[in-house]
Amino acid sequence: MESPIITFNNTCISYTKGVMAVKNVSADIARNTITAIMGPSGCGKSTLLRAVNLMHNLYDNIHVSGQILFNGQDILKMEPIEVRKQIGMVFQRPTPFATMSIYDNVLAGYQLNGIKLSKAEKDETVERCLRSVALWEEVKDVLTKKGTFLSGGQQQRLCIARALALKPEVLLMDEPTSALDPIATQRIEELLVELQKEVTILMVTHNMGQAKRISSNSLFMYLGELVEQGSTVQLFDNPKDERTKAYLTGKMG
Amino acid sequence: MEKGLKKRLFTNKLTTCLIVVLSALTAVPLFAILGQVFYKGIDQFSWSFFTETTPSVYRVMKAVEAGSPIPGGIANGIVGTVIMLFMSMVVAIPAGILGGAFLAENRKTTMAKVISYLTDLLQGTPSVIIGIVVYLWVVVPTKTYSAVAGSVALCIMMLPLIIRSTEETLKILPASLKESGLALGASRATVMFKIQLPAAFGGIFTGVLLAVSRVIGETAPLLFTALGCSLMRYTIDQPISAVPLLIWEFFNDPFLQEFIWGASLFLLFFVLTLNVLSKQIAKKWKVQS
Ligand SMILES: Nc1ncnc2c1ncn2[C@@H]1O[C@H](COP(=O)(O)OP(=O)(O)O)[C@@H](O)[C@H]1O
Ligand SMILES: [Mg+2]
Repeated sequence: MESPIITFNNTCISYTKGVMAVKNVSADIARNTITAIMGPSGCGKSTLLRAVNLMHNLYDNIHVSGQILFNGQDILKMEPIEVRKQIGMVFQRPTPFATMSIYDNVLAGYQLNGIKLSKAEKDETVERCLRSVALWEEVKDVLTKKGTFLSGGQQQRLCIARALALKPEVLLMDEPTSALDPIATQRIEELLVELQKEVTILMVTHNMGQAKRISSNSLFMYLGELVEQGSTVQLFDNPKDERTKAYLTGKMG
Repeated sequence: MEKGLKKRLFTNKLTTCLIVVLSALTAVPLFAILGQVFYKGIDQFSWSFFTETTPSVYRVMKAVEAGSPIPGGIANGIVGTVIMLFMSMVVAIPAGILGGAFLAENRKTTMAKVISYLTDLLQGTPSVIIGIVVYLWVVVPTKTYSAVAGSVALCIMMLPLIIRSTEETLKILPASLKESGLALGASRATVMFKIQLPAAFGGIFTGVLLAVSRVIGETAPLLFTALGCSLMRYTIDQPISAVPLLIWEFFNDPFLQEFIWGASLFLLFFVLTLNVLSKQIAKKWKVQS
């Protein structure tokens, strides 16, 4: 097997001293796959995900220990800015930048980092990214309009395009379809299946059907602990842990 | 059952009546003041009132002797007010926005707590005290009353309002907006200037307009700093007039008392316009959260 792109090594995260929201998580995330993080709400899924692009560095009270290796290097010792350019993130609710046009939203990563592109490069990037999220045909005539005029599903795809523009190796997604209707959700699922060829996707989901449909591997968390991990098929068909079994059969919130 | 319902309906009606009567009562002084100023001031409005300067004693005397209307106007005050407002805004807007951004981003640091406390203190400081302090800081060392000194006083009065409105608007932006900027690898400063502040534009702009309308009618801080001047002046290192200073002067001059109303109405119109404008902008640029 190819070396994992991300490895959690005894990762612990606490919001308040002495209270662990994530306890001793160790796991490997395989390259160019979709890995789902599942578990009842409040079990630490978002907390674990946000550690990967050092979002926790923004808040003084949050303490992260252990190791998170990215291509063999410990993320926790790297510069947040460098990490975040290689590891993109998509949030639960779409967050298009309201003051920017659709075109500028896609290029926001370059603009915010002061990277100058020629007009041709810009046009090429915008078209490529919008095509890869299947949004190009819908918005190609309104690129100068504000991104906030789009529907929720379109906005979320715009946010994925914005993250993809920087050509990240990993894309973190925190319940990216929980605010969307079933049709928009389905489109995004189809999109993610395509995208895993270019980018490794680590996705939090509370939707078991979604995990089953699109992920190849799954992590199951419970009360801050990683209870079970493995291929999604195996985890669903033959869960080893009682807690996983209870959750998957709907006996647990 | 039937009885209880009737009673409830009655109480309901009574409460509604009470609310209507009470709100009408509060409106009385409001309309009385506005009516008074409008009624007396509108007669003063004429081309010369806005283009001519305060009349000299000699001109007033001649007009009184001849029985003709008092000549002159408030142009020197308007120009002074505009100059001082402009100079104070040039400093207060960027400084206030930076201060507000600092407070919103570093809530828990000692520095932020101190600044926040000082902001509250400044906001509650009577304007006359600000005038005296600026007198000591600027007028005494430079040995002259000036537009600069007046601007410093107005600037100090505007600062807390701009700081607070910036801070409050930034605070209600969703955290995910800032986080999605940072998630793209941008620095905190870049995200602040290119994402958070633009998103907060409406609230900040409203705050600036309210700050301006707050200081535009201030007399006390200008009495100790700009002093006033009956000539038209465009210089910033000499005493200068302002509309509220003129109102004070008119009040003290028995021949010019009619002018109080014209000048007051002018100020009222100005403040009213600013308020309407800020409401419109707040509506148009409403923060989506
Ligand atoms: N900002 C925060 N401050 C303090 N505690 C938090 C914060 N965010 C989450 N928590 C706590 O950490 C635990 C895990 O939360 P989270 O990772 O958001 O769960 P999930 O995403 O699985 O629903 C919960 O017990 C939650 O109460
Ligand atoms: Mg969550």
